[in-house]
Amino acid sequence: MELSDLIIKLVLVVVIFAISLVVAMYSTYAERKIAAFFQDRVGPNRAGPFGMLQPMADGVKMFMKEEIIPTKASSFLFVVGPSLAIMTACIGSAVIPWGPRMQVGDRIIDLQVTDINVGILYIFGVVSLGVYGVMIGGWASNNKYSLLGAIRAASQNISYEISMGLSIIALIMITQTLSLREIAAEQHGFWANGWFTWNFFKQPLGFLIFMVCAFAETNRTPFDLPECETELVGGYHTEYSSMKLGFYLFAEYINMFVSSAVMATLYFGGYNYPGMDWVAAHVGPTIAPIIGVLVMFAKIFAFIFFFMWIRWTIPRFRYDQLMHLGWKTLIPLAIANIVITGVVVKLIQHFA
Amino acid sequence: MNTFYFIAFLSIFFSLLVIFAKNPVHSVLYLIITFFTFTIHYVILNAQFLAIVNFIVYMGAILVLFLFVMMMLNLNKESEPNKSNLIKIVGVIGGGCLMVTLVAAVKGLAKSQPVVLQNPDLGSVQNLGKVLFGEFLLPFEVSSILLLSAMVGAVLLATKDPKQPKTV
Repeated sequence: MELSDLIIKLVLVVVIFAISLVVAMYSTYAERKIAAFFQDRVGPNRAGPFGMLQPMADGVKMFMKEEIIPTKASSFLFVVGPSLAIMTACIGSAVIPWGPRMQVGDRIIDLQVTDINVGILYIFGVVSLGVYGVMIGGWASNNKYSLLGAIRAASQNISYEISMGLSIIALIMITQTLSLREIAAEQHGFWANGWFTWNFFKQPLGFLIFMVCAFAETNRTPFDLPECETELVGGYHTEYSSMKLGFYLFAEYINMFVSSAVMATLYFGGYNYPGMDWVAAHVGPTIAPIIGVLVMFAKIFAFIFFFMWIRWTIPRFRYDQLMHLGWKTLIPLAIANIVITGVVVKLIQHFA
Repeated sequence: MNTFYFIAFLSIFFSLLVIFAKNPVHSVLYLIITFFTFTIHYVILNAQFLAIVNFIVYMGAILVLFLFVMMMLNLNKESEPNKSNLIKIVGVIGGGCLMVTLVAAVKGLAKSQPVVLQNPDLGSVQNLGKVLFGEFLLPFEVSSILLLSAMVGAVLLATKDPKQPKTV
């Protein structure tokens, strides 16, 4: 690899890292504004115009608070917990294709950090690693509420990872590849060969299962039992204060951003949009990918809004309801989806 | 080659820490790091799929359950039951048998021909799938039935016998 390629990759990594942090930061603001809108309130409006500086104020507040490590806590693991949570949240974005290949002069730039041929499985690995941040933090706090929250988080994540994996298998049967770049490229445009190209229209049930599991994996309402304050005080982060608490809360928003990006890429065409060929022919190979990136981000923000919408629409599940939904509804549905997909793919191959 | 020796050293170092750690939860955490070094070994061997599956299944699922149980049990020195001499003797015999097997396996290694990698893409998903569902279809299906029967057996053992009167 040449030095210039290396520099481009490095810049891309830094830009994506910065964007995910900024999006996560403004997600906290958006969440409060949207919550206010749903509840007919005003929301944060003091810091800056329309309260736009509220995330900065919150960040400064988090850094300035007193750092407390409980005396009976295991002090090393107490710090490892939030660090692991934020690290796993940040490394998930490495395999997501943000746009098509961009041509600047003679150089072709990949708008993706790395295209490994097991892209989806990498995301799964990162997601499954994310549990450790919560578990280690909850155990190291040496507090019964924290431990209960951590154990809830672990059992919830493992249960929903199974149906998430099964829902992806049906998608992979259609796409025939595990690389996210190829999956995004297959959904080119909007309409081809008499059917929609976006995977959502080929796998509606699979998308529904995947989305429910994504909510569960990010610990968002209605699946936020690990931090259920009516039963567990604060859940796994009861003992945390200052920026270590901030890291846990921040990791949740970054996870939300990354899972929205994954859902947009896998099911909603990623950077593809109707009429992209016409646009590409008119604006040239440098500007067209930028429009693709903007479309991708529009889809991501739509999903983030959906996450927040659900939060104020569906109340929290009871624990047995959560397990029933995961094991007795989603897993059989996902298996049925695989069988139906296999039959339909074979029929289409046979008759077309 | 130097990378291999470094990673191999880390694997052995952390697996020793698994045994010597006083706290069972720390033991499991060291085991997680050991499995992570195995993942790196697979990547060095150019077996990406095996690496990521090892990562998801062992690190992401099985060891989470280990950690889960360890945290629930809350083991420590006071609650650890005294082991009788019989258990210690059985442990020594079991460990000795394992060592004999390992030594025999290592002895066999020296005799065999060095493995030459014919296809450098052998570890990719496409190749692995074709090999599993072509050449090794029967062993693959048999092992899946074995896993299924183990799963059904575990469910059967865990459910209560309906004939017995309820005690609670």
